[in-house]
Amino acid sequence: MSDAFEITEQCSGNRFHCEPGQSVLKAMEQQGLKCVPVGCRGGGCGFCKVTVLSGDYECGKMSRVHVPPESRACGEVLACRIYPLSDLTIECRPREVAETATQQTTTKSMR
Amino acid sequence: MKKGVMRPGHVQIRVLDMDAAVKHYTDLLGLIETDRDDQGRVYLKAWTEVDKFSVVLREADEPGCDFMAFKVVDEPFLQQLEKDLVEHGVDIENIPEGELKDCGRRVRFKAPSGHTFELYADKQYTGKWGITEVNPEAWPRNLDGMKVVRFDHCLMYGPELAATYDLFVNVLGFYLAEQVLDGEGTRIAQFLSLSTKAHDIAFIHHEEMGKFHHASFYLETWEDVLRAADLISMTDTSIDIGPTRHGLTHGKTIYFFDPSGNRNEVFCGGDYNYPDHKPVTWQAEQLGKAIFYHDRVLNERFLTVLT
Ligand code: FES
Ligand SMILES: [Fe+2]
Repeated sequence: MSDAFEITEQCSGNRFHCEPGQSVLKAMEQQGLKCVPVGCRGGGCGFCKVTVLSGDYECGKMSRVHVPPESRACGEVLACRIYPLSDLTIECRPREVAETATQQTTTKSMR
Repeated sequence: MKKGVMRPGHVQIRVLDMDAAVKHYTDLLGLIETDRDDQGRVYLKAWTEVDKFSVVLREADEPGCDFMAFKVVDEPFLQQLEKDLVEHGVDIENIPEGELKDCGRRVRFKAPSGHTFELYADKQYTGKWGITEVNPEAWPRNLDGMKVVRFDHCLMYGPELAATYDLFVNVLGFYLAEQVLDGEGTRIAQFLSLSTKAHDIAFIHHEEMGKFHHASFYLETWEDVLRAADLISMTDTSIDIGPTRHGLTHGKTIYFFDPSGNRNEVFCGGDYNYPDHKPVTWQAEQLGKAIFYHDRVLNERFLTVLT
């Protein structure tokens, strides 16, 4: 634990530890937190998109559709594919599209 | 099979990292690598399949499905289907023989849902893998991982379900096996089959065109599905949901993701149909139960996590 980095998610105020070489999303899941939505965990679906506000990190392969080079340059990345090199502050981006879809389904299928 | 379209033949899946993908589809699922081509694509098959490949992996910077293909009985049927597609107003593209190694010419077209499909009549017959053609043993002993039996179907997400239905049923000869209808009677999910199988291709309504939900592989038993779940944990593979049962098709299933975020399914069982069977209908109010029969609630991922 000693060399773990601390990740702070701005919107929820959640803080969690992330080991070097571990993805931020995996660390969050392991500590039972839900501040970033979990999708494929493989950089493919864009579900876990966050903005890194401060700190250094490495990126694994991410779908270009969800993270074009411009987004990547301004810290809009996928939490399942970033590996911290320092403490990080991240912000989970609101997902209007996903939320609308869920609300519709909730009313339709779950009464 | 009214129009000579026989069965699912292959699916080409885009992956972010080829080595990781090959390891996943061979070591974990138990597909067998049969070839590679000069574009770097990797060809795979499940052991009971008689043709050379059923899954093609292509490295790209976004995951998803390039196309799914169906095998047609023979060349005359393929020519007729080609004419029928054109008459139906569908743009077709001819992909020459050999573009996929040891595969005959393919007729490629886009469905109104935004997905690319292909028809072909010829592919190299290599026979079932690991067993002899005469006096065959029950199964080969050197299979890996889940030992999947065959590539079974895909589920696609996209718009224009009615027009897609028209194309698949009236031009290609599929029939409707199962559906989900909303309160106004609009079909929001359609499971289409060519055979006695519960489905060979399925579509669920979604605003964005051409999205890929999953490619599915068949297993024999529920025990095999549980064993697949054990392997998913042992390999720390990203799980989606299961083991559980679907209401739709009643198949017993587990969903998980490949290393690029494409969803895979392995399943066993499920309903069968004959031509005198009526389509099975689910009401949208029961969608939770229709998809996940035990939880009776949809997880958000099922509707939104796509490649
Ligand atoms: S969870 Fe799918 S891209 Fe991160
Ligand atoms: Fe399926």
